[in-house]
Amino acid sequence: MSEGSNTPGPVDPGARVGEGSDESRESDPSAFTTSSALRRVALYGTVLALVAFYLTPIETGLVTAIKTSEAVRTTLPFLPPGPDGFTVEKWVYAFDALSHGMVNSMLFTIPSTILCAVFGSMAAYGLTLVDWRGQIAVLALFIAGIFIPYQAVIIPLSEFWSIWMNLDERLAFLWALPLLEPHHATILELIVTHTGYGIPICTILFRAQYKTMSWEMIEAARLDGASLWRGYRRIVLPLSVPMFAVVFIFQFTQVWNEFLFSLTIIRSVGDPAASVTLILSGLGEALEGVDFPLRMAGAFIAALPTLVVYVLFADQFAEGVRV
Amino acid sequence: MRNPLEAVVEGVRERGVETGERPAEADERTTERSALRRLLDRDVVQSAPFWLPPFLLMGFFVYAAIGWNFVISLTDYAGFGTIDYSTLNFENYRAMLTDPGMWAATRNTFALLVGFTLVCLVVGLLLAILLDREVRFERTFRTIYLLPMSLSFIVTAQFWMWMYNFNFGIVNRALGIFGLGPYSWLGDPGLVLGSVIFALVWQFSGYTMVVYLAALRAIPDDQYEAARVDGASTARLYWRVIIPQLKPAMVSASVVLVLFALKAFDFLYAIWGYRPRRGADILATKMVREAFNKQEWAYASAIAILLFVLSLSVIAPYLYQQHRQGNL
Repeated sequence: MSEGSNTPGPVDPGARVGEGSDESRESDPSAFTTSSALRRVALYGTVLALVAFYLTPIETGLVTAIKTSEAVRTTLPFLPPGPDGFTVEKWVYAFDALSHGMVNSMLFTIPSTILCAVFGSMAAYGLTLVDWRGQIAVLALFIAGIFIPYQAVIIPLSEFWSIWMNLDERLAFLWALPLLEPHHATILELIVTHTGYGIPICTILFRAQYKTMSWEMIEAARLDGASLWRGYRRIVLPLSVPMFAVVFIFQFTQVWNEFLFSLTIIRSVGDPAASVTLILSGLGEALEGVDFPLRMAGAFIAALPTLVVYVLFADQFAEGVRV
Repeated sequence: MRNPLEAVVEGVRERGVETGERPAEADERTTERSALRRLLDRDVVQSAPFWLPPFLLMGFFVYAAIGWNFVISLTDYAGFGTIDYSTLNFENYRAMLTDPGMWAATRNTFALLVGFTLVCLVVGLLLAILLDREVRFERTFRTIYLLPMSLSFIVTAQFWMWMYNFNFGIVNRALGIFGLGPYSWLGDPGLVLGSVIFALVWQFSGYTMVVYLAALRAIPDDQYEAARVDGASTARLYWRVIIPQLKPAMVSASVVLVLFALKAFDFLYAIWGYRPRRGADILATKMVREAFNKQEWAYASAIAILLFVLSLSVIAPYLYQQHRQGNL
């Protein structure tokens, strides 16, 4: 796995101490040094080139977002503008356009993330730590639910919310209350919708952990007369805290980034309930062409919450996508 | 794994719950315990409060909605009226066969699925092997490679529209150094699909890397050592020993990638709106266009059913295989 002795510690030191491995590595150290040093250089060169590849689209977006329209034409796309080509005007404009979308997105993302996590944890408990026949069939339906192309449900979905439920009229008595407005009916629809479609993945994430949990522990508790509910609250929930973090981060990102449900349920960019992705999709469109600095600034503002969450909790995010 | 134990505990549990919870009743168990009580003590019923509400909510939005969508696809619902369920037939499915746009969209969908999935698998594998070779700051690099995946399609589409910009974009500027181009990456029907795949690979290869890395970490180190003692070269070691062991990771990553590709709608919509450039129209974009742009609801739901069947044909064998291997 490693060539030189200058490498950092192996991932799993325990596996290395075994007999034979050390001798094989140090049998002829001098023969290794030059070729292995070259290899390390090539390795780090490749790794850094890839960093450049993954960051370039983001970097060029960032420097473009602070350029005037004139500087966009006259400077190289990956270089920051000179002092006369610098402006934050696009950020101000983009923030004005997106701010109420940010509020709306928060209003439906946070509740549906919490609901998904709670429902997912409960479902995973009922399907994993309690053993009953037919479980597998129910579980298979949960798993398949993750993989549904949403195109297959959006027409019934818009039919259901706009014609059958018609929440903004049914809940009309609420809109007289302070802080509540008719467009919150749409927000409520989005909360329920995102919860419904988020439950399968959250269930599977929790189940991945619960499968490794000691089943005997729950059994022992049940033998002592604890109900399933107490076993859940006293044993399973405290042990699920790290998984709740993973699910929150994963689901928050998913719902915040989602677009198709916004398009089908909210429909219009001008709707007071418009989500941030919906507004961004139509930002800066004009007959004379696309205003790229504005678009880039808007993209960063819209991505800010997920970027912050990602940078702070990269490990949990990686864990969430891996399962 | 827990099968042998299961039988034992099952037996204990049958008695255990009652004796523990209600000692008084346990004495007159034989006479008093009605069928109803036994039913209520069954684990299915006891666990129902936990899984049934989420299941019903999910089932309604996923499975009931798909069923409803299928019924709509049998009607002739179009325009702004209401749905007339009285005459049901397969007219929309027949119409799909004669729609030239359908063929183009299906072909593009498959090209996107196959191209995107394969390239992602290869790039992700290379990333994982690189980072598995004891790179310093490995965690930082991993975080950077995975970063694009945390972004919305709508956001990444903005970045790539700028990257691919004809006059000022980085891609054409860079190629210009070598005297190539400029190319119309998002306009030329022969290039658009490739451009989209490239951008999507940028966004999702980090995901494949994470899946492979987890699998690589699970391979015991002595296998590397043994191969080295045998004098095998690094390339040979990976090709013959390591990569074959990554097969399960590869399978599950491909399933997820195919589904990401089916969702590529958001990305295409953010660039072109309802009408992608010729050469980039896929079933997902065509479906949404027929529905929300042309109000051909019934026809759109027929396309949606086709999409559903397509993804089912990927998921069902995978789930079955996982079930057979006891991974569910």
